[in-house]
Amino acid sequence: MSAALRLKLENIVKEYPGCRANDGIDLTVESGEIHALLGENGAGKSTLMKVIYGVVQPDEGRMLWNGHPVKVDSPARARAMGIGMVFQHFSLFETLTVAENIALGLPTAEARDRRELDQRIREVSERYGMALDPRRYVSTLSVGERQRVEIIRCLIQETTLLILDEPTSVLTPQEVTDLFATLRKLAKEGCSILFISHKLEEVRSLCHNATVLRQGRVSGDCRPKDVSAADIARLMVGDDTPISTRVPAAEPGDVLLEVRDLSWKSSDPFGTSLKDVSVTLNQGEIVGIAGVAGNGQDELLKALSGEIRMDRGDMDLGGLGIGALSPDQRRKLGVAIVPEERLGRGAVPGMSLAENALLTASGQGLVDRGMIRFGRVRDFSRAVIRRFDVRCNGEDSTARSLSGGNLQKYIIGREALQNPRLLVASHPTWGVDVGSAVAIHEALVKLRDEGASILLISEDLDELYQLCSRIGALCDGRLSPLAPTSELTIEQLGQWMAGEFDSAEATHAAA
Amino acid sequence: MELLINVLAATVVAGTPLLLAALGELICERSGVLNLGQEGMMLMGAVAGFVATLTSGSLVVGVAAAILAGIAMSLLFAFMAVTLAANQYAAGLALTIFGIGLSAFVGAGFVGESIDGFSRVAIPLLSDIPLIGRVLFDQDPLVYMSLVAFVAVWVFLRHTRGGLLLRAVGEDPEAANANGLKVLVVRYLAVAFGGGMAGLAGAYLSLAYTPMWTENMTAGRGWIALALVVFATWRPERVVLGAYLFGAASILHLVLQGLGWNISTELLAMLPYVVTILMLVLLSFNPARTRLNTPLSLGQPYRPGR
Amino acid sequence: MLLLERRPVDSTLMRWTSPVLALVLTVITGFVLFMAMGKDPVEGLTFFFITPVSDLIGLAELGLKMAPLLLCAAGLTVCYRAKLWNIGAEGHFLMGALGASVVAVQLVDVSGFWVLPVVLVAGIVAGMLWAAIAAGLKTHLNCNEILTTIMLNYIALNLLLYAVHGPLKDPYGFGFPQSVMFGDAALLPDLIPGTRLHLGLAFGLLAAVSVWVLFARSFIGFQLNVVGQDQRAAAFAGFSARRLTWFAFLVGGATAGLAGASEVTGPIGQLVPQVSPGYGYTAIIVVFLGRMHALGIIAASALLALTFIGGEMLQIAMNMPKAITGLFQGLLLFYLLTCDAFIHYRIRLKQPAIKPTPKAVTAATQES
Repeated sequence: MSAALRLKLENIVKEYPGCRANDGIDLTVESGEIHALLGENGAGKSTLMKVIYGVVQPDEGRMLWNGHPVKVDSPARARAMGIGMVFQHFSLFETLTVAENIALGLPTAEARDRRELDQRIREVSERYGMALDPRRYVSTLSVGERQRVEIIRCLIQETTLLILDEPTSVLTPQEVTDLFATLRKLAKEGCSILFISHKLEEVRSLCHNATVLRQGRVSGDCRPKDVSAADIARLMVGDDTPISTRVPAAEPGDVLLEVRDLSWKSSDPFGTSLKDVSVTLNQGEIVGIAGVAGNGQDELLKALSGEIRMDRGDMDLGGLGIGALSPDQRRKLGVAIVPEERLGRGAVPGMSLAENALLTASGQGLVDRGMIRFGRVRDFSRAVIRRFDVRCNGEDSTARSLSGGNLQKYIIGREALQNPRLLVASHPTWGVDVGSAVAIHEALVKLRDEGASILLISEDLDELYQLCSRIGALCDGRLSPLAPTSELTIEQLGQWMAGEFDSAEATHAAA
Repeated sequence: MELLINVLAATVVAGTPLLLAALGELICERSGVLNLGQEGMMLMGAVAGFVATLTSGSLVVGVAAAILAGIAMSLLFAFMAVTLAANQYAAGLALTIFGIGLSAFVGAGFVGESIDGFSRVAIPLLSDIPLIGRVLFDQDPLVYMSLVAFVAVWVFLRHTRGGLLLRAVGEDPEAANANGLKVLVVRYLAVAFGGGMAGLAGAYLSLAYTPMWTENMTAGRGWIALALVVFATWRPERVVLGAYLFGAASILHLVLQGLGWNISTELLAMLPYVVTILMLVLLSFNPARTRLNTPLSLGQPYRPGR
Repeated sequence: MLLLERRPVDSTLMRWTSPVLALVLTVITGFVLFMAMGKDPVEGLTFFFITPVSDLIGLAELGLKMAPLLLCAAGLTVCYRAKLWNIGAEGHFLMGALGASVVAVQLVDVSGFWVLPVVLVAGIVAGMLWAAIAAGLKTHLNCNEILTTIMLNYIALNLLLYAVHGPLKDPYGFGFPQSVMFGDAALLPDLIPGTRLHLGLAFGLLAAVSVWVLFARSFIGFQLNVVGQDQRAAAFAGFSARRLTWFAFLVGGATAGLAGASEVTGPIGQLVPQVSPGYGYTAIIVVFLGRMHALGIIAASALLALTFIGGEMLQIAMNMPKAITGLFQGLLLFYLLTCDAFIHYRIRLKQPAIKPTPKAVTAATQES
């Protein structure tokens, strides 16, 4: 590894109204180095990478590129300098082909000869072990393949610093291994990589150096291989925040929910269909569903909530068939749902917390003969805010004005206060600060201990292993067998997430 | 045979204003912008074309004025819907209501005036082709313009980088922006093209179809053009077919009267509108196809840097 | 360079000043327009805005024009709150007029207190039926309601024309396309004796109050609001979009149908082809200008009623084209939407700050 400095940031400050996102950050990346940027949500990672990539301009500070001071005023400029970026949410067009997508990011002159471009794409993809057909439409690609398109798009433009924002959150464990092999090869050839993550084990296995951010400042630099994950975690969250630990298992009771061969065909050509999904839930247990986003998680949640009606199969709650019931009928029977999107599904952004209570809790005596009882609505809303420690300016604050963690606590509290028998929660701690995540986990465990059944859909394997008694995985709308957490290796789960299981076996195992 | 040729030729004439307006709206919608102001822009094109022709004595000047009027109207819309990111439905409705009012106001002094409209110019050789020659190539110059516009739009969408940019912006403006594309510029150009074509469509009505000006002379053709784009699932070749189909529906009453059927003209005048609804119903039986071709960001305002 | 920047919180002040600002801008444009046409702008604006309402007769005429606007706008408010873009009020109105006339023509020689209610109900039902077509096309066949309602408007107009030229034509009407005059029992009573102001205005005010109760107090109003603001949240909560769509369309059809029935049983007294000068379309402007709020639409319907009378006044007094009414209405809506942008945005002079978003896809400083 050469010691030439590729990138050096000095005292970067970026302030937004009411928030100092970057507060004097220093960072150096050498050529050929894989450098981790660690931190919680809101620690200032995204702002910093936007500064490097020219999306926003820093208020103070200096950036040196290969030893020379530079001002990056746009992503186009950054790309011309050799900085490439793969965002967490891809900037790809589904209705265009791989080659067309890549052509759109290139200067007109370079993109003119399509045949030559196809050839270049093939060369780059073979060289770094990322198989990809330039003629395929993006809509037919898996998430992992889409990420390859993004990376190849950077590499085709002579990138010498590649920034990856949480690249592994959308990949199966096997795909992660492949990606890391590619990144190591790139680094060996002299390309620097800035790897943004909050997954400590990955950082320890891949990165040479790490910079940890907390509340807009650098809270420490380290060589991840030489320190423990717990040490890094402390740097990330500080000393005063409790870190979740494994929770004691509970004694499951009788069967509450039984789903057999649930099938549903999506009418959306880009959607996922559910195929013969079977799952059994006992009272007082948390069952986890792993899987890469877009493999039918949302559809499963909607089928359970009643937003979509299954085409085939059985769904029993406490021995009662609920497959044909509407969402509010199911809610009356004790089904509570926490969807993935907090704003715009779990809550109406422009409405107050009190009004948002009415969204699902109207059955709690809040409506009388078609008229709203505003006093009761407020009381209910205030109870949620108090019991679940929701930080806000009272029940009249709009849902939009709350932080992700506080809104999520409110939504979970709203469901929990209705004493559900079955709670289905999707990614309940995604994008939530550590403190709120702990509170949310505690709330789920408390519900479980009170006898509720919980189906936890999550991409966060740590969370699943921590909370669940049994875990399975969804892939392309099919559900793997469910195995007791203590007997399930991460390798096995990874294979399930990649679809390597037998459907018949899954049905059999679940029955 | 003679009757068939006449009917088909009349169908093409009746379908031409729809074809022009729908092609423009198709480009506009492919960029993700839904402009419901077709009716307003067409009326302004019609009145501007008529007044300019009447005062200058030149049909070319009239056509140019109509196109410019359409573009001017569409830029008003673009300012609201693209720059100010206003609700596109409301902005389009406003454009239509404004256009109806303004055109009636501007044209109030010209009702009853008359001009010599476009006349047919047979294209040598092509017009000698049996059937098709008389139907398509013995028409007025604006019909030829509509055919050229169709080919141009088709080639543009399929084979040019500009078409690629347009489709990308229409599918996902956020991603387009992240790729360094000028989303707002693309959308402005697309809206302006739609405006120009709508203006031309209006000119066709007041300079060729019925060379005169009457209030509200578009009679809902702008709305039918909008329905046509949906019906064609944003594909230009289907727009052509659809436009001539509607053309046929709107001259059917003439044919029936020619055949001696005695049906009230008011009831027959409903036909194009009924056909439009039937087309929308027909389309609903294949939602997947519609979904595949719909520009994904259609109707959603976009502002960079939110 | 001027740049638009998203406000952290929408401006409530701007939400209510925007209509006033739009009116001011419309008046200024009118001033310029009169000058450009070589007319005295002060005189012109006075004839348009002041003269029509300077006496009781004038005010009664204003109320007369307000009634159909307010009724149509009340129904449309229910639709637009749920973001159902029903622009079919004109069609509902025409069908309401036609339906009421069909019944009234049968009952010309009948007297009795029940005649008027029957005639009005016929109008309401006709309006609802017409709206039901659009509702069914939307909920069952997923047809865009804007296009279907517009088409239904044109079809309704042609149906009405067919009726007055054919089956409902007065045989002794000297060939004019119009129905016979209705019997007295089918006519709406006057509100103020000596003027043409009739009970229709009371219907309109009642409809506005009902809309207020619906959205301020009732659960179904809440559900309509949720559907309008956030369809995904509504689906998650289990509010049936299909049921709410039917509700909104049927209310829209009923009020506009009643407006049409009130028009033929009120000032006109028979069915004529030009029963509506575009009330159903103008009501769209009333709803936007009135902020989809009961008090707002009452005020806005008065203003837009004035544009109809003002246009006629200018035609008579200053020999201006009557089309100025449509022009003013269009301008008003245009300015309103422009001003409305500043509810969500404010103008800044320098580079805008970009808020940190979880979705880090926003890039490239785009010129605007």
